[in-house]
Amino acid sequence: MPAVARSPFRFWTRLTLTRLTGRRAADLAELVEHLRVVPPSVVFHHTHHFLVQHQHLSPEPPNDFAFWVRNVLQEDELGEQLAAIDTVQFPSLKELRVRIVEVIDRYMDGRRPLRTAPAGEEFHFQDAISFVLPTPHQAATLAELAMGLQHASYASIAYHLFEARLRVGAQDNDFSRWLERELDEPEIAAAIRRMDPYTHTMEGLRQRLLGLLAPRLASELEPRA
Amino acid sequence: MTAGLDAYAPFVGAATIEELRLLGDRLRGRRVQNINSTAVGGGVAEILNRMIPLLREVGVDARWDVIRGGDEFFAVTKTIHNALHGQPVALTEHDVAVFREATEQNLRTMTLCDDIVFVHDPQPVGLIERRPPGSRWLWRCHIDLSAPQPAVWEFLRPWVERYDTAVFSAPQFSRQLPIDQVLIAPSIDPLADKNRELDPRTIENVVTGLGLDPTRPLVTQVSRFDRLKDPVGVIEAYRLARKYNDCQLLLVGGGATDDPEGRDVLAECRERAGNDPDIHVVELPPAANVEINAIQRASTVILQKSLREGFGLTVSEALWKGKPVIAGAVGGIPLQITHRYSGILTHTIEGTAYWLKQLLNAPEFAHQLGANGREHVRHNFLLTRHLRDYMLLFLYLDHLGESLISLDGRRA
Repeated sequence: MPAVARSPFRFWTRLTLTRLTGRRAADLAELVEHLRVVPPSVVFHHTHHFLVQHQHLSPEPPNDFAFWVRNVLQEDELGEQLAAIDTVQFPSLKELRVRIVEVIDRYMDGRRPLRTAPAGEEFHFQDAISFVLPTPHQAATLAELAMGLQHASYASIAYHLFEARLRVGAQDNDFSRWLERELDEPEIAAAIRRMDPYTHTMEGLRQRLLGLLAPRLASELEPRA
Repeated sequence: MTAGLDAYAPFVGAATIEELRLLGDRLRGRRVQNINSTAVGGGVAEILNRMIPLLREVGVDARWDVIRGGDEFFAVTKTIHNALHGQPVALTEHDVAVFREATEQNLRTMTLCDDIVFVHDPQPVGLIERRPPGSRWLWRCHIDLSAPQPAVWEFLRPWVERYDTAVFSAPQFSRQLPIDQVLIAPSIDPLADKNRELDPRTIENVVTGLGLDPTRPLVTQVSRFDRLKDPVGVIEAYRLARKYNDCQLLLVGGGATDDPEGRDVLAECRERAGNDPDIHVVELPPAANVEINAIQRASTVILQKSLREGFGLTVSEALWKGKPVIAGAVGGIPLQITHRYSGILTHTIEGTAYWLKQLLNAPEFAHQLGANGREHVRHNFLLTRHLRDYMLLFLYLDHLGESLISLDGRRA
């Protein structure tokens, strides 16, 4: 018999509206000056919106800072360093911000003059206003979770993998936590945790998650030894 | 009869449509009064015509009112429009009086909603003078405000600052304001005549009807005959590329009939085209949507070599048809094209010619750009995303200043 959760997995979704902060940067010094003081939600926006807005670009560029530095300022070396920041490692947006600032500071150290963005191509700091709401879909078994994943929007998958982990302070992702606690599936939970979700498109992530569930679903169809 | 929300599911997926309905549930019965200055013609009216029925379908009590004004008022608002776009024009004292009087007239005859009032563009901006108690007001600016004439902006600013939130189409259009500002890009409707799928016969009929050879590569720019769209620069770029590549050029657009500058630019283009049988300069009426659609679908490469641009939705129209696009890196175009991933951004005639040669000679790369561009438009510039952003904006009015908003009350 497949395991049945006492508390079903509820699919939520997160929809965002972009707030304009009025802050703009024309060179690295201005970029880092604003970056030190903007709210964490601004850091979240610029390190995550690419994932949902630029489906086809993964695995690059993973964040707006790297993209602007490389493509507008033409600072390829720094662009590469910023792209290589392992976002998944950072338990909070504050720590992610510190790391980004460190990388830019180290690069700027002793480098003058700084390159300036052409007029009209400045970096515009934006804020994500997130609206979190439940969908009608829930799952009590592994098979129902797979079915839910097949139909979930990209925004919903992003919410459970990225937003829950970084934005609201949880140290984990929703799928892994639920699989471990409710269905006693520590191996699948660990495999999902090991994924670097920043190197997939959203559709790629959906397929990867389904792929991780598939072997157990197949074995559920066979009698357990 | 317009298509309902479910008709968009094949483009964006059922889950996205479901999310729109979930948002609608939270706005059920809320009244939203849209106000602009024209019921027909122009991008704002085009969007509202499609948006209002969809908002109603999901439960929002949306309505649309149009302000009245005489020729003199609209001449003043045209001056305001040009000044906000940065042209060196100014308002006279008489212009200011005409604008204030028209605002007063409209305030006397219009009933303003006491829930959400959504004002589009500068013409009706002064209606906020009689803001009903408890109402929330939004100002949607569709204009490029990146370098406005300061005096004209200062004339409008005191009204704008009384709104709860201002909405802009691109980050660089925003201003220093003491109110919240949000970014909402415009959109295209995949079901409209300008964008829907066409059968090959229709496409061929349009192409051959214009005297084009359907067997040879076609390079096209679709836009008004306006100097800011740089049609002459397009001809020059084409000539540079034509030395090495067999292709035809089509410059097609409207705006020349009742616009003296448009007539001049059209004449200039025809003069520059000279006797070259492969350069086609065509003026089409504004309602020629199927023809424009067919031309875009028949094109090998599409150019939008703008020097200044509001948003430049013709780029999204072309990308939606899977076409490789080379466009000027101005206005809202960089939001639509990520250079070398979903299109090409250029700054010069020579750069445009260089990339035109590249794309004509590397059809697989060109195809990939177009395919990526279509996906980018699917997720960011279709009407359904626009509808979602408007509903989020209405919901945000109850949470001004917040960054994380729970629409359930149980979790956030």
